[in-house]
Amino acid sequence: MSYIIKGETGDWEIVVGLEVHCEVISKAKLFSGASATFGGEANTQVSFVDAGFPGMLPVINHECVEQAIKTGFGLNATINKKSIFARKNYYYADLPNGYQISQSDHPIVSDGYIDVDLENGETRRIGIERLHLEQDAGKLMHDQHPSKSFVDLNRAGVALMEIVSRPDIRSPEEAGAYLRKLRSIVRYIGSCDGNMDEGSMRCDANVSVRHPGEPFGTRAEIKNVNSIRFVMQAIEYEAKRQVELLEEGGKVVQETRKFDSTTGVTKTMRSKETAVDYRYFYDPDLIPLRLTDELIERLHKEMPELPDAMKKRFIENYGLTAYDADQLIMEKDIATYFEKAAKGHDAKKVANYIMGDLFGALNKLGKSINESPVSPENLGRMVDLINDGTISSRIAKDVFQFMIDEGKTPDEIVNEKGLKQVSDTSAIEKIIDEVIANNPDKVAEFRSGKDKLLGWFVGQTMKASQGKANPAMLNELLRKKLVG
Amino acid sequence: MAIDKEMVKRLGILSRLRIPDENMDEMVNELTKIIGWVDQLNDVNTDNIIPMNSVVEDMNLPERVDQVTDGNIRDDVIKNAPDQMDGYFLVPKVVE
Amino acid sequence: MTDLVELTVAEALDGLNKKEFTSVELTQAHLDEMAKARELNAYVIETPELALERAKASDERRQRGEKLGKMEGIPVGMKDLYCTKGVRTTACSHILDNFVPPYESTVSLNLQNNGSVMLGKTNMDEFAMGTANLTSYFGAVRNPHKDKNNPDKFLIPGGSSGGSAAAVSAGLCMCATGSDTGGSIRTPASFCGIVGMKPTYGRCSRYGMIAFASSLDQAGTMTRTVHDTAIMLESMAGYDPKDSTVVNIPVPNYEKALTGDIRGLKIGIPREYNPDKGLNSDVRHVWEKTAEKLKAAGAEIVEISLPSTKYALPTYYLIAPAEASSNLARYDGVKYGLRVDGKSLDEMYTNTRTAGFGKEVKRRIMIGTCILLEGYYETCYLKAQKVRRLLCQEFAEAYKKVDVILAPAAPETAFGKDDDSTKDPLKMQLYDIFTVPSSLAGLPALSVPAGFSDINGLPIGLQVIGNTFNEETVLRVAGVIESVSGMPYRPLRIGGK
Repeated sequence: MSYIIKGETGDWEIVVGLEVHCEVISKAKLFSGASATFGGEANTQVSFVDAGFPGMLPVINHECVEQAIKTGFGLNATINKKSIFARKNYYYADLPNGYQISQSDHPIVSDGYIDVDLENGETRRIGIERLHLEQDAGKLMHDQHPSKSFVDLNRAGVALMEIVSRPDIRSPEEAGAYLRKLRSIVRYIGSCDGNMDEGSMRCDANVSVRHPGEPFGTRAEIKNVNSIRFVMQAIEYEAKRQVELLEEGGKVVQETRKFDSTTGVTKTMRSKETAVDYRYFYDPDLIPLRLTDELIERLHKEMPELPDAMKKRFIENYGLTAYDADQLIMEKDIATYFEKAAKGHDAKKVANYIMGDLFGALNKLGKSINESPVSPENLGRMVDLINDGTISSRIAKDVFQFMIDEGKTPDEIVNEKGLKQVSDTSAIEKIIDEVIANNPDKVAEFRSGKDKLLGWFVGQTMKASQGKANPAMLNELLRKKLVG
Repeated sequence: MAIDKEMVKRLGILSRLRIPDENMDEMVNELTKIIGWVDQLNDVNTDNIIPMNSVVEDMNLPERVDQVTDGNIRDDVIKNAPDQMDGYFLVPKVVE
Repeated sequence: MTDLVELTVAEALDGLNKKEFTSVELTQAHLDEMAKARELNAYVIETPELALERAKASDERRQRGEKLGKMEGIPVGMKDLYCTKGVRTTACSHILDNFVPPYESTVSLNLQNNGSVMLGKTNMDEFAMGTANLTSYFGAVRNPHKDKNNPDKFLIPGGSSGGSAAAVSAGLCMCATGSDTGGSIRTPASFCGIVGMKPTYGRCSRYGMIAFASSLDQAGTMTRTVHDTAIMLESMAGYDPKDSTVVNIPVPNYEKALTGDIRGLKIGIPREYNPDKGLNSDVRHVWEKTAEKLKAAGAEIVEISLPSTKYALPTYYLIAPAEASSNLARYDGVKYGLRVDGKSLDEMYTNTRTAGFGKEVKRRIMIGTCILLEGYYETCYLKAQKVRRLLCQEFAEAYKKVDVILAPAAPETAFGKDDDSTKDPLKMQLYDIFTVPSSLAGLPALSVPAGFSDINGLPIGLQVIGNTFNEETVLRVAGVIESVSGMPYRPLRIGGK
């Protein structure tokens, strides 16, 4: 089902292309030896190169090149053996050189795609036009002083990968799925941490609308949206705005807009430069970056398993449904946890416990999967205890809670708390006898035809056994005794 | 694109230089002369010639290893700044 | 004691080694000479305390028998283009007012590590943009040479390394650094009667050298003899991991190249460097005479053709300003140098840059900005880069036939500060006509004094242009020109001995 906006002049289709800036994970910056880690004191992670001092020259960080190549593989793209750095010239206080070193017509990676899975089970292929390396800018702060802005250049010169999609996205949902998929790919590769709220992944959306089959309409660019949800909202709003505008006889202006997440509205941004022309030209301080076949081959061999391959494997090897596999592969750490927990155990049941009880518990604790008090080995063992009848699934709920609270192994908990399931016929019969003896009126009612009371008896008996009675045996024995 | 006052103004904006009105004509004139003078390059046949950006373009681009070897020199980075406070460079307030 | 200011670098090294004098004495002698010749305006900042301190340290190293540098104890002048740690560096621009670099350029550091002693920073055209040293924020430099017909005429030293050239020529240092983008070493060397060498692009690191046009800028030497050039170049050249365009090949022993033997060498005389108009007869005369002498010394003179030569100048005047317009964007009043406040960020930028840059620099920024605009980029900038490749290819062809090329360094001798030509930028550009082609091709080129003008008695330099990284042959041929020309190489002591 395609996403359509119903208008008075007919149906409207939306056309979206996304430009995503991913901060590259590296120790040092793209062209200097200053630290690229987040959060140092203002201007402490700045070299003279980053601050644009006279006579300073860029020297590229090899790690950033490798990260871009690996990400290129993740995007099923072409790795260009020759790429060229260019200067993008403009003035702003966060840009100390008066130009940003970027790549223009010769990016390091081009022509790729990623497949995104939609809720209705459909898969859409979104084209990737290019991935290029460029420098991040510094940061301005406006609240410290009545008439001045403060400039911190710690982020200036940190490597970014700009990943530009083709205008293949047709709905807010697809945009969201694309971003989630992209995020999971860069996280699997370890080239970007993908945290949009911290700004290490940022998204610009190019949005236009058209009647299906018509050529592309004029697009507006929504800058710097900082969450997947907001990107989806911004696209939805912007598309509606354009449709309304067009249907009133107006024209969409090619411009930069800003999304206000509190009102859910996009607004025109005042242009930074009145006569923008970035005057791109190849940076004469750098020569073309040439990649050897050896490097490309080595990195290809070193590629970790990516989400798509892992999903396929989870379905085939563990018998998971596509939906469950999706849930587990979205984050690499969860997938890793799952594989450890499932190893040698009932994988499907392990998956259910992860997606149900474990996610719930972690959510409550505000912890990530890596901080889980329940180790994957312990979770796998607990599933074994259920399957071999040592504990019932009801008791397992308690055992799991103890594991969360105390971090012990399920065996320790079962032994210490005496939670072992009672499967001894005589012991269960004894409890049943007591319950029957204590409730002669209910027994009579049951025997007079009120079958529904069986459930009540199961509950009472289970309660009397402190939940430890083997439910299947209890059911069977109870039925026998009650029928008489 | 002809060189006229509008163009000179635009170049001034792009390069953050103010061209006083009284120098406008002179600048238009000079730019026109220069652009006219370099027009002679059109006489050169450069079909199939790739632009040359650097005479060392065939060399391998040197790369650095990913190590933190610089930074932590805030005092040196800041000390030449005309306006600074608490380790920050200061600029006239930017309204975003 | 010998008059220390008169010595060449090679002679001084010898004297220091023989303990005939100390570096402190040598340095003091030059500091005294500088004080006597301030009217030349060759230095924009003198650093006597630092110089004497370094000279003393050098003497102590020598005393202790430590391993010595190639220029141990030699006083040098440093073009104000090189960032020097703790010493004001402005590229002679108001916009870098009071900028004190917290770092040292690789070239000046190499020279320092080789034991040399910096006397101060020499005057230059603002951001190295000029042919006459008339665009410096600190005023014009006077050429120590005099027009014999008009001895009171204020002659320019050539640019942009005019301060260095005048200082070396007048004995205000034993040698000095220069930088050459389109002729900024060779033109002033020719005008001031000294040896100036621009090595191959990529031979010296550009780290810490204030950029004018990155693909053309190259550090070089200004000395009174070819032998001193060999010593100095060896002391400052070499690979540097901080510059991505410097070439990683070892620096040869240049002194060894000075065999004095050019028998069998093929010396090319490019037809296109001998136009009917635009080359003074006195220069042509010296050029022809020198070629004859080289032939007599055993070289073969070969006429060659470099047909695209006439396009070199417009090509250069597109590429250099384009790169400069971007390189000079960093001077914005935020991090260092001048700031002229304004109500908004853009107003501050514009106020600062308008007040901070001189007329010629602003002109070139405007041109460069224009050339990179959509609409001009393709037809101007890319076109120029294509012609640049053609020029390179022509040189490469020529070096299949010859070992070096001999050409004038400048079309005429030093001219007056107030001559009409200095008012017209397009005319001024013509002075670069013979230096620009080898700059575009990144070739090593050296200007060596080859005679005096029979018209005005001023020195005339000739250029020896070599193939890529073949500085050695250039030096060898220049050494022979030096000896066959019989040009004086002692300093012109304008303050008297």
